[in-house]
Amino acid sequence: MPRTDTAPIISLSGVSKLFGTFKALDQVSLDVREGERVVVCGPSGSGKSTLIRCVNRLEKHDAGEISLDGVVLGNTRASAKVIADTVGMVFQQFNLFPHLTVLNNLTLGPVRSRGMTEAEAETLAMKYLERVKIPEQAHKFPRQLSGGQQQRVAIARALCMEPRVMLFDEPTSALDPEMINEVLDVMAELASSGMTMICVTHEMGFARRVADTMVFMDKGQIVETAPPEIFFTNPESARCQDFLQKILPH
Amino acid sequence: MASFPRSARWLCLIALIPALGACSDRWGWYVVNPTTSSGWTNLTFLMSGLWYTILLSVTAIAISIVLGLLVALPGLSKNPFLRALNRIYVEIVRAPPILVLILWVYYGLPQAADIEISVFWAGVFALALSDSAFEAEIYRAGIQSIDKGQYEAAQTISLGYVDTMRYVILPQAIRRILPAMGNQFVYMLKMSSLVSVIGMQELTRKANELVTAEYRPLEVYSILVLEYLVLILVVSALVRWFERRLTEGEAR
Ligand SMILES: Nc1ncnc2c1ncn2[C@@H]1O[C@H](COP(=O)(O)OP(=O)(O)O)[C@@H](O)[C@H]1O
Ligand SMILES: [Mg+2]
Repeated sequence: MPRTDTAPIISLSGVSKLFGTFKALDQVSLDVREGERVVVCGPSGSGKSTLIRCVNRLEKHDAGEISLDGVVLGNTRASAKVIADTVGMVFQQFNLFPHLTVLNNLTLGPVRSRGMTEAEAETLAMKYLERVKIPEQAHKFPRQLSGGQQQRVAIARALCMEPRVMLFDEPTSALDPEMINEVLDVMAELASSGMTMICVTHEMGFARRVADTMVFMDKGQIVETAPPEIFFTNPESARCQDFLQKILPH
Repeated sequence: MASFPRSARWLCLIALIPALGACSDRWGWYVVNPTTSSGWTNLTFLMSGLWYTILLSVTAIAISIVLGLLVALPGLSKNPFLRALNRIYVEIVRAPPILVLILWVYYGLPQAADIEISVFWAGVFALALSDSAFEAEIYRAGIQSIDKGQYEAAQTISLGYVDTMRYVILPQAIRRILPAMGNQFVYMLKMSSLVSVIGMQELTRKANELVTAEYRPLEVYSILVLEYLVLILVVSALVRWFERRLTEGEAR
């Protein structure tokens, strides 16, 4: 269970993001505490990706304030450092480096940006490949692996940077159905180890299992924030009820 | 190398044309007849330009590959000033014909900059300069073809600009642009013949000198055509071999 007595590790207040004149995020506020598992859902185009991409500044927000481990994000060195030290991310499309072996996908970050030796980085990489249960694939190239295996490599690659927060942007949406569970299992294991996570996903079974907090977004706004017990049984807003009706099996 | 025997067959066919011509009295093959001593001397004289042709082209392409990248990178920047620099360089440098650039570098530049420049380096500089604009465009297209997700993934493992380029983007881009660069190299080999006009002792210059001495342009230039043909077939095969080697790993 997340600690409630500490300052949040991620804090967004009144965050807005414009693409041209289109408001992808509209006055979003959200606190995430160390160890908390947040699952974000909502219709396509509601701003879920934009929300988590603002947290590691893949997108730069236009208004409001985001702070990470107490550091306000912006065009500063401290901001870049806190992101590098704190946040890992997993993408829908894996974004593995196709020209590098699995092992080198994992060691690149630790060697180039953490200053580890190749040997240290390989030990670390093997540790996380064990953790995602594919150590035997270390010397293959990404395209030789199945989608589920590739996504697990991507998770291991993020973990090799030893982040305190993991962001997942629909990590199973690009996968064939039979591979979804192997990825969700790895994520659930990660959650049970105490990792702070923000997961954008429509896998509601997974959400029920691991989420401490459910967030529902629509039209760039957070419409509902609730613990899963309440969220799934008794959501407040009509839009959220509507969405759950469509997405949950009857 | 599946393509080699086929190109070899073509070569034989082409070599047959002058051989047939030998029957006609229009041809005077004696000038390059390897069984006579004067013919042999003439042949070795013609081939002696090969080394300079290769050295000139290889040096020029090596420089233009580096220069092209340095020109391409600002062109991919978000900064409009840097992008403008790239455009200006590319548009200006690729406009003049290579022959004009060679003349300008060899005769003009020493006067303008008060330096001495050898025929070889004038040739290298002119070829490299001209090619760098084309290489820059090739790099730009190659780098732009790389998915934006690759940059984002690199960013999430805290790679800076230089590391992202060096370890993530360029290795992928270069695999994609290798065929285009191979073409540029072949083009460069051909354009190196223009450096003969300032007296560079490469293949074409040698042929010109022999023609002046022997008055047998048909035979001498036929040999010259063959020399370039063989050279370029070999280079194309090498480029293809290199391409295959480089893409082997991930394609398996
Ligand atoms: N780079 C971009 N440029 C313009 N519009 C964008 C960009 N990224 C996202 N958007 C728009 O912002 C809205 C929210 O996008 P996104 O955060 O990806 O939604 P979600 O992840 O919930 O599907 C969408 O309408 C999308 O079209
Ligand atoms: Mg999305």
